[in-house]
Amino acid sequence: MNTPLSSTFFSAPPDWGWLVVFYFFVGGLAGGSYFLAVLIDFFGRAEDRPLARLGYYISFPCIILSGILLTLDLRRPERFWHMLFQSNTFRPMFKYYSPMSIGSWALLIFGIFSLIAFLSALAEADRLKWPAARSLRPPAMLGGILSVLGGLLGFFVAGYTGVLLSVTNRPIWSDTPLLGMLFVVSAASISASLMLLLAERSGWKMPGVRALHRMDAWVVALEFIVLIALMISLGPVFRAWLNAWGVLLLVGVILIGMLAPLALYWRNLNATAAAVLVLIGGFILRLVIVFSAQGV
Amino acid sequence: MAEPMGFYTDTTVCIGCKACEVACKEWNQLPSTNGGQNTLSGDSYDNTRALDGIHWRHVKFVEQFTDDRKDGRWLLMSDVCKHCVNAPCLEVCPTGAIVRTEFDSVVIQSDACNGCRDCISACPFGVIEINPVSGTAQKCTLCYDRLQSGMEPACSKACPTQSIQFGTIRELRGRAQKRVDQLQQMGEKRAYLYGADDKMLGGLNSFYLLVDKPEVYGLPPDPKMPTRNLKMGSWFSALGAIVVGLMGVISLRNRGASAQEGRP
Repeated sequence: MNTPLSSTFFSAPPDWGWLVVFYFFVGGLAGGSYFLAVLIDFFGRAEDRPLARLGYYISFPCIILSGILLTLDLRRPERFWHMLFQSNTFRPMFKYYSPMSIGSWALLIFGIFSLIAFLSALAEADRLKWPAARSLRPPAMLGGILSVLGGLLGFFVAGYTGVLLSVTNRPIWSDTPLLGMLFVVSAASISASLMLLLAERSGWKMPGVRALHRMDAWVVALEFIVLIALMISLGPVFRAWLNAWGVLLLVGVILIGMLAPLALYWRNLNATAAAVLVLIGGFILRLVIVFSAQGV
Repeated sequence: MAEPMGFYTDTTVCIGCKACEVACKEWNQLPSTNGGQNTLSGDSYDNTRALDGIHWRHVKFVEQFTDDRKDGRWLLMSDVCKHCVNAPCLEVCPTGAIVRTEFDSVVIQSDACNGCRDCISACPFGVIEINPVSGTAQKCTLCYDRLQSGMEPACSKACPTQSIQFGTIRELRGRAQKRVDQLQQMGEKRAYLYGADDKMLGGLNSFYLLVDKPEVYGLPPDPKMPTRNLKMGSWFSALGAIVVGLMGVISLRNRGASAQEGRP
């Protein structure tokens, strides 16, 4: 037997499959959309407020879907609450050094923030007859505080999944510390893209849409840099990607999901197509990362 | 706490009889076939192939033969959970189902496990798998129930060649070192102990006497704790969030310099 590339090659795959891939995608959308909405609330113009509300409208359904996907992925779904409470004592279950433990709590708490933002956005748009809920969102003081906390939690939800993969002993996942960063940046890019697509469908032309376009281009460029840095950080383990997964990463993520949209944004061509491509690339990225580390 | 207990496995005297596998299955009431399917490897006497949720002991058959098969040797090794002193599975388990016992062994409580499978990816040895019957992660318990009654584990009790030896870690380490010295004197210069000191994951409470490189036996040369990536991973994620946030602020500011005044 040849010398192994890394001691991580002796671990067993956890059999995390499509449910986890979809969760990584919608979890990223949930956290990223909320965060972008907070940014628009604080730094956008008055006419951008529908765009911020759109972010909250995306976030809440996505975080609910996340919880469902994660529960279904358990081999004993009826025991999902064991993540939060010890099953024999009913005391809180929390390990600050286990990303899955922190993540479970983060999902629950962020879910509450996301629900509040969702309701206040509905109230502001007069779709919900509950005027008091308007104070739960900026520029009201309480709303401002909730937004900042929720935005931070949103980024946590988007990024902890990458850290969770790194805190294992599987090849690729645990051979780089950059997966969390990649997922955070990617969450921002796919969320901006989805918001842009929906804004376009509504025919919105407010300044925030243009700002979001520009931001998306920058974030995709950053994502490209982080992915290259991640590949370099793998060292010899990079050879584990010299197969069909590597080709999919190159074509599906780097070419279709990053370089093509960047070119479209750069030349002010078809921004809609660019946003669609970013979303496709973001999904394939999670697909490759989840599956490629389990086939080796 | 009782004194730390564990296994010392001398692979040089294993004859591959698999009595340990059978004894383990009998005592722990593990199914003999995987859902009624008997699988044969077809290229080895080893039909178990790997440790998993219903195989908590696995005798590895490593064949080292020359191409013309005139010369060669069998390396046999009964593999099991290493009951690491710093256990990666226990570290990541989000439900608290994985615990350390008074014997310093590592046990998964099946009634608390919800099958998230984080421990499977954390174990550097590939020991843990889901038991399809219970839907929970399972592995060797060092026969916790037998130990509580003052009995030794089923596998070591059944081993006919004393390849698997059970006892206190302190005593086993002494015994193992003597055996290495003996083999060295007899000319087997390759003999050494794997995981018998506290350098590897704080020490393996199930350690091995080997006569070839660890990877030949399917063991990682340098197993590490999963949390080695926790700090750096978190810092880089935070850095990513800050940079993305700045990009957002700059983008929005450029398009709406009078944003503050314009807000209702």
